[in-house]
Amino acid sequence: MSAKRMNLREKYQRMTRDLAWKPSYQSEDDIFPQAKYEGIIIHDWDKWEDPFRLTVDAYWKYQAEKERKLYAIIEAFAQNNAQLNVTDARYINALKLFLTGVTPLEYAAHRGFAMSGRNFPGAGPQVSSQFQSIDELRHAQTQIHTISHYNKYFNGFHDWRHMHDRVWYLSVPKSFFDDAMSAGPFEFVTAISFSFEYVLTNLLFMPFMSGAAYNDDMATVTFGFSAQSDESRHMTLGLEVIKFMLEQDERNVPIVQKWIDKWFWRGYRLLALVSMMMDYMLPKRVMSWQEAWEMYFEENGGALFEDLARYGIRMPKYWEVSVKEKNRLSHEVWSVFYNYGHAAAIHTWMPDENEMAWLSEKYPETFDKYYRPRFDHWHKHQKKNGRWYNNTLPMLCQTCQIPMAFTEPDDPTQICYRSSDYEGMQYHFCSDGCKDIFDDEPEKFVQAWLPVHQIYQGNCGGASVPEVLEWYHLKHGQDNLEYLDSQDRANWLRWKGLTEKAEAVLQKAANE
Amino acid sequence: MSIEIKTTSIEPLRHTFSNVAARLGVDKPASRYQEATFDLQPTVNFHYRPTWDPDFELFDERRTAIRMQDWYTFRDPRQFYYGTWTITRSRQQEVAERNFGFVEKRNLLDTVSKEGKAKAAEILLPLRHLEYAANLNNCYITAYGSGTAITQATSFNAIDRLGIAQYLSRLGLLLDGNSGQALDQAKQDWMQSGHWQPLRELAETTLVTKDWFELYVAQNVVLDGLLYPLIYERFDAAMAPEAGSTFSMLMEFQNEWYADTTRWVDATIKTAVAESDQNREQIASWTHDWMQRCSAALGPVADRALGENQGAAVLDELRDALAQRLEKKAGLSL
Repeated sequence: MSAKRMNLREKYQRMTRDLAWKPSYQSEDDIFPQAKYEGIIIHDWDKWEDPFRLTVDAYWKYQAEKERKLYAIIEAFAQNNAQLNVTDARYINALKLFLTGVTPLEYAAHRGFAMSGRNFPGAGPQVSSQFQSIDELRHAQTQIHTISHYNKYFNGFHDWRHMHDRVWYLSVPKSFFDDAMSAGPFEFVTAISFSFEYVLTNLLFMPFMSGAAYNDDMATVTFGFSAQSDESRHMTLGLEVIKFMLEQDERNVPIVQKWIDKWFWRGYRLLALVSMMMDYMLPKRVMSWQEAWEMYFEENGGALFEDLARYGIRMPKYWEVSVKEKNRLSHEVWSVFYNYGHAAAIHTWMPDENEMAWLSEKYPETFDKYYRPRFDHWHKHQKKNGRWYNNTLPMLCQTCQIPMAFTEPDDPTQICYRSSDYEGMQYHFCSDGCKDIFDDEPEKFVQAWLPVHQIYQGNCGGASVPEVLEWYHLKHGQDNLEYLDSQDRANWLRWKGLTEKAEAVLQKAANE
Repeated sequence: MSIEIKTTSIEPLRHTFSNVAARLGVDKPASRYQEATFDLQPTVNFHYRPTWDPDFELFDERRTAIRMQDWYTFRDPRQFYYGTWTITRSRQQEVAERNFGFVEKRNLLDTVSKEGKAKAAEILLPLRHLEYAANLNNCYITAYGSGTAITQATSFNAIDRLGIAQYLSRLGLLLDGNSGQALDQAKQDWMQSGHWQPLRELAETTLVTKDWFELYVAQNVVLDGLLYPLIYERFDAAMAPEAGSTFSMLMEFQNEWYADTTRWVDATIKTAVAESDQNREQIASWTHDWMQRCSAALGPVADRALGENQGAAVLDELRDALAQRLEKKAGLSL
């Protein structure tokens, strides 16, 4: 018998959606109970176009090749102590932020896509979600294995999982993902696959991985390259999800638009942490936050939303505020971390003269005018009286959970305050974007586990900073405080053969 | 003569992460499996109740009747994290690829009688739908289960089941010369033929089972524990006189997969049962219950596969064998 040739599309359908059947012993509503409650209307799940047509055997084959290569490099990296080759030990703090802030999100995505992989009624989106779920587990685990070696030589990484669920600034990424996962499957994939992976991933992934490349971190950049092909699959899924919902029924359009508005702003606020990493934490900088925002959001994002206009989708609400903030964001956030550097699991520092010059050049309209004077003041204070820390806990935004330090869209000298009343209580926000999100679902956002409130309510080990740090598992004098006086720096100098300088650092730290 | 290569040697400050060291009782180098598994799932300080299930936290131990002091008591004896899983499966898929290639190249299916091929299609191809249910069930456990030690293994299992459904589909396409007729016929049987209906009803019941550990018992312990020996041992052996080892080659992946998966399933049950009498009783009761349901549902298929009135006796044997296996390997007596 001679076999007829089957085209790829047909073959893939046989391998996926043809496996499903229409149940008759149980109702579809019982098997897929989350399919309808968000209000999204789907007429025909078979209209879902599988973006990749990847069968499981091919997946194993490609992914195993990638894993073999990646682990060979991670091992060589460790064997050769290649962490000593990075530009400067300050760079390691970007990795600390990554492991404590981003890796838990990869894991959350793994579980979240397992949820959507089970809850979508169509086999097409089930399979796409499930592949993404397993990829996200890959990313979490390969990140842990890549950074494991750094943990052996630097402070701040050692209890990343524990910290993620407790430390004040880590509630920003945690609440972001909790928000997405506590929503239904359609909102979840809009939030993560579209708004985050498709629109914003270049602003999360690129800065960390390019930052690794620029700062000679071979292990992390290898991970980045290895994950890149997975990421491009995920981005394609993000766009497919949106188009599918929009094409199925026009009543879906306002719901999807609302989610795009919400998740753009949620994602943008989360990226505030990345903005400071780009402008302040990389000894060798890749590009400024402003440049990245212009290239990846204003240009690429603009083109995307032009393309979506034919479905009745417009640019996300408040995108113009993000543009107004682009030359302030990173400076305002780094200032917050400088204020609270005693309660953070990364080291903080003031930029040196060359770095200040770079910031002036990249931010000609704002840096010298608004931030350099503040930094000069802190510099002087540090030289004369030692490093300054702010011992008053900040007010947090009820939605994004970042301390209220962002300024008015049209006035960089005024802190932006917004508030809403709900059931007799007043809630505070950093921006109109965050206020709108709250106002749309107050019953959800009043539940937020706000770190500062929790400390004041006595749920975080005690009322004093040392008690809270202990509850964070944050080792005072090792994981936190000023970089210049840190054990990380002293060790780095010693390993680089600068023993005397290292002793001086340790001495100074001991005296303080 | 030994050559000593001089390398930079610097002393580490610590050997692993604090949570891993706490579990090992001492700060010592940990395995990749340990670092990639312990405590990955958050357990506290969730921000918002799920809108789809507001009585529970996002991750909530109360989603099953099984209680554990520590969900990381579970261990996968295969030590599968993503890397080891995918590399193991890629080796197995290479073998499967060679086997499919060999059967095609040598036209081995031409040596099987028409009746033999029809029988293989009749019994094996509807199982791709059952594997799809197994995929969704393990995906459910991955979504709502407690602790990465279990949920990562079920996430691998979910993808494995999709892979098996795809191998069965390929077998179908080999049998029908890529026309898809055999797969269409099998789907029609799955939907309508009397002898498949109890099994389809059972599959749909698993899809609405809410307690994820009960689902684990139903799917991974009992249904697989009866189905795999029935199909991939008994039916395979019954086909051998007609088909030689042709179908065995095309099903080798499933056999190997079942062998490693069984080790993990047994270890999981053993740990849960050893935790408390309450767990033991609960798991015994679920196992007993699903044993009845699964063997009833498999009966008509077993009859078709092995000959009229053979099914019941074989299923009795398989039930005994499964009970013995669980007693011996998992410490569970029914």
